[in-house]
Amino acid sequence: MSNAALASWDNAGDEGRVLATLDRWRNDPTHLVQVLREVQEHLGWLPPPALSLVARKLVLPLAAVRGVAGFYAFLHTDPAGRYQVLFSDNITDRMQGSERLMESFCSQLWVEPGKVSEDGLVRVDRTSCTGLCDQGPGLLVNGWAIPGASPERLAVVRELILENRPLEDWPHELFEIADNVRRRHVLLGSDLRPGEAVRAALERAAAVGRELAANERSWREGIPGDSQGPLAVLREIELSGLRGRGGAGFTTGAKWSACRAAPAHTRYVVCNADEGEPGTFKDRVLLSSHADLLFDGMTVAAFCVGASEGLLYLRGEYRYLLESLEAVLERRRAAGLLGHNVLGRNGFDFDIRIHVGAGSYVCGEESALLESMEGRRGIPRNRPPYPVTAGYLGQPTIVNNVETLCAAALVAVHGGEWFRSMGTPRSSGTKILSVAGDCARPGLYEYPFGVTVAEVLADCGAERTLAVQVSGPSGHCIDAGEFDRRIAFEDLPTAGAFTIFDDSRDMFEVARNYVDFFVHESCGFCTPCRVGTSILQGIMAKIGRGRGSLHEIEEMTRLNQVLQMSAHCGLGHTACNPVVDTLKRFRPAFERRLQSLRFAPDFDLDGALAAARRATGRDDPGAYLEQET
Amino acid sequence: MSKRPTFILDDQEVPFEPGQTVLQAALAAGRYIPHLCYHPEFRPHGSCKVCTARVDGRMMAACTTPASPGINVESETEELNDLRRMLVQMLFAEGNHFCPSCEASGNCVLQALGYDLGVLTAGFRHMFPVRPVDASHPDILLDFNRCVLCELCVRASNEVDGKGVFALSGRGIDKHLVVNAESNQLADTDIALDDKAMEVCPVGVILKKRVGFAVPIGERRYDRAPISAQALADAPRSPEHKK
Repeated sequence: MSNAALASWDNAGDEGRVLATLDRWRNDPTHLVQVLREVQEHLGWLPPPALSLVARKLVLPLAAVRGVAGFYAFLHTDPAGRYQVLFSDNITDRMQGSERLMESFCSQLWVEPGKVSEDGLVRVDRTSCTGLCDQGPGLLVNGWAIPGASPERLAVVRELILENRPLEDWPHELFEIADNVRRRHVLLGSDLRPGEAVRAALERAAAVGRELAANERSWREGIPGDSQGPLAVLREIELSGLRGRGGAGFTTGAKWSACRAAPAHTRYVVCNADEGEPGTFKDRVLLSSHADLLFDGMTVAAFCVGASEGLLYLRGEYRYLLESLEAVLERRRAAGLLGHNVLGRNGFDFDIRIHVGAGSYVCGEESALLESMEGRRGIPRNRPPYPVTAGYLGQPTIVNNVETLCAAALVAVHGGEWFRSMGTPRSSGTKILSVAGDCARPGLYEYPFGVTVAEVLADCGAERTLAVQVSGPSGHCIDAGEFDRRIAFEDLPTAGAFTIFDDSRDMFEVARNYVDFFVHESCGFCTPCRVGTSILQGIMAKIGRGRGSLHEIEEMTRLNQVLQMSAHCGLGHTACNPVVDTLKRFRPAFERRLQSLRFAPDFDLDGALAAARRATGRDDPGAYLEQET
Repeated sequence: MSKRPTFILDDQEVPFEPGQTVLQAALAAGRYIPHLCYHPEFRPHGSCKVCTARVDGRMMAACTTPASPGINVESETEELNDLRRMLVQMLFAEGNHFCPSCEASGNCVLQALGYDLGVLTAGFRHMFPVRPVDASHPDILLDFNRCVLCELCVRASNEVDGKGVFALSGRGIDKHLVVNAESNQLADTDIALDDKAMEVCPVGVILKKRVGFAVPIGERRYDRAPISAQALADAPRSPEHKK
């Protein structure tokens, strides 16, 4: 423990702040991530005395608290500087010039990337995709998002930092983020009033008409079958064919039914707003402009499964939305849309809390998300049991994506038949695509399922398109020969990312950026992912240095098999996809970098002798090793 | 005739008790599936993935997959042993393992698995991480160079000793063991020589000082019999399977 770090801990004031935060979270160890995040908002980092205090009050070993703090990218157990400037490092940010911007920003501030400046003022580093690809390059300053980084805007940021101006005083327009909705359909075009979907659900339930007061109790206590009302709504969800919009495409009705049927003390509805897939940003817009629709969907879900508590897991990068979302929740409580006896319905108690993440892509996996919400490292759980029977705090829990819950709200209003009339036989409804990269009009596009890639490219003004990465690095990379393929679960399933590369782009660098992303975001729980992604990164670096050979290509194919066969979760299963897809379709991008088609050592033997040659002043042919050509 | 339910492991029937996982049932029945982070006295963890098997066509960690009637498990196949070999190679590449100088040589599960699975080369490029040794404690040495992140010491200290001396911090390839002291030095924890956490390390991270070569190399646990035999000797067995 350095003295400097201890000195920054002011016993009276800081201790009081940490205690107040702990009090607000009721000294409950399951809220550890929230506590740490808030303590850091006050103190700028997590100094050792703060961690010790938190551990003591929550009755946890200090090592365990450190373990949690050390897991999340946005939590700092070392002094992080008064200003932390993180450059979003998605491939689209790079295409918009983020690397050069960061380089010049660092040199103007006289700092090295990743290191706190000597005066403790500022630290500049990279972070995974911040969800601003349609208006990149993105920045996070002390966790607050700034879009559209440019030399001019960064000059403003630099001045504000050098003037030591508190973030509250920074000009508001720096933080303005556009929705960029380019094509609306039923969801983005929805004009439902707050609570309309909940009202519709209750009316649908009442129309069944066979309910007795006693049934309310059995519904609440989780004995399905007796209560026809919620079942009538659930039937519409099932009829709609709605499938999860997070990528996996599990049938929503089946998930809800299983949760409803599971024996429980309490049931939970969790909204997964942790969209971390590089290239997606649709949840950002839904959360900022359609929050009521989302909360309606969560409330309808709660009604269907008999849940009394809802939790929204908001990704750390969207921290800036927290206050406005809290305000929406407060309005809904005042309007009787949340709380005791929702809309006057006896026994229907439901409220929603927000958990803010702290920088971890894996937490988008539903069981890792639950771990994180319970105050632990975000490691995906062993399954079974599945969350529908043993989720949050061991209770039956449905975890649904933001877009899924919004769609469910629409189904509650318009019915399952209406929803199924859109899309394709196995993919009903619409899908929102986050379009970014090389096109004239990046932004959100909502289409009925079944739209072809070519149609999307035409709509957004993409020209000379070389490749499209559908659903981010864990999805698929397709080339021009496949642009007639359809966005649908039966062809190209997607969580929403639609990243376009034109023929000026180097697909090797694209794949490499994605590999770096997986290395940064691997949770490290299982051997194949923890070690395998790192080996893959090493191989890509070797090829990038021009020292690769066919041996490396074969090695990557082998790694892909290991990860597919044995990784613990989807991150590991898909970590090699960008390389495998790119190799299949853009092999020359790799081959022109290979030094030889046989094995090539990474180490340059003759180059290593250069220092000796200089030291001895020799430059005769005998001082050089024979080089194979 | 046993009325217990059974599943199929490599074409042979294996009986199981409800609640057992595939690996537990297999070991109890005298059938070995290679494994590293699993320990019979602790809840299965599923992180090393060495016990990966094909269960009804899907790849699953045998240690965490519940046994259920009639499932078909393939384990002793060339494909799966290839995979296990690569996972073991990955662990060798990730840490700094110098078997000839390691005082756990002959008692080390990673080394024994390597012998058993026929690991003849490093396979992957070594990462040579910098992991300083913690020699602060008068009686105990922590050599993190050999840590395979199985979390057995974490589990033992939490669940048996009730001390929480060990935890994991960091993530991805930076994941590492930390100890429960503000100084992060073992000497400042309440670890004791008779803690469960002292006996469970499968490799040579947690070492008692001054006893290292009491049993000479060559006469140690996995020198006498391969790990496949030793693991079965350790497994809780039902009487009918005990010889």
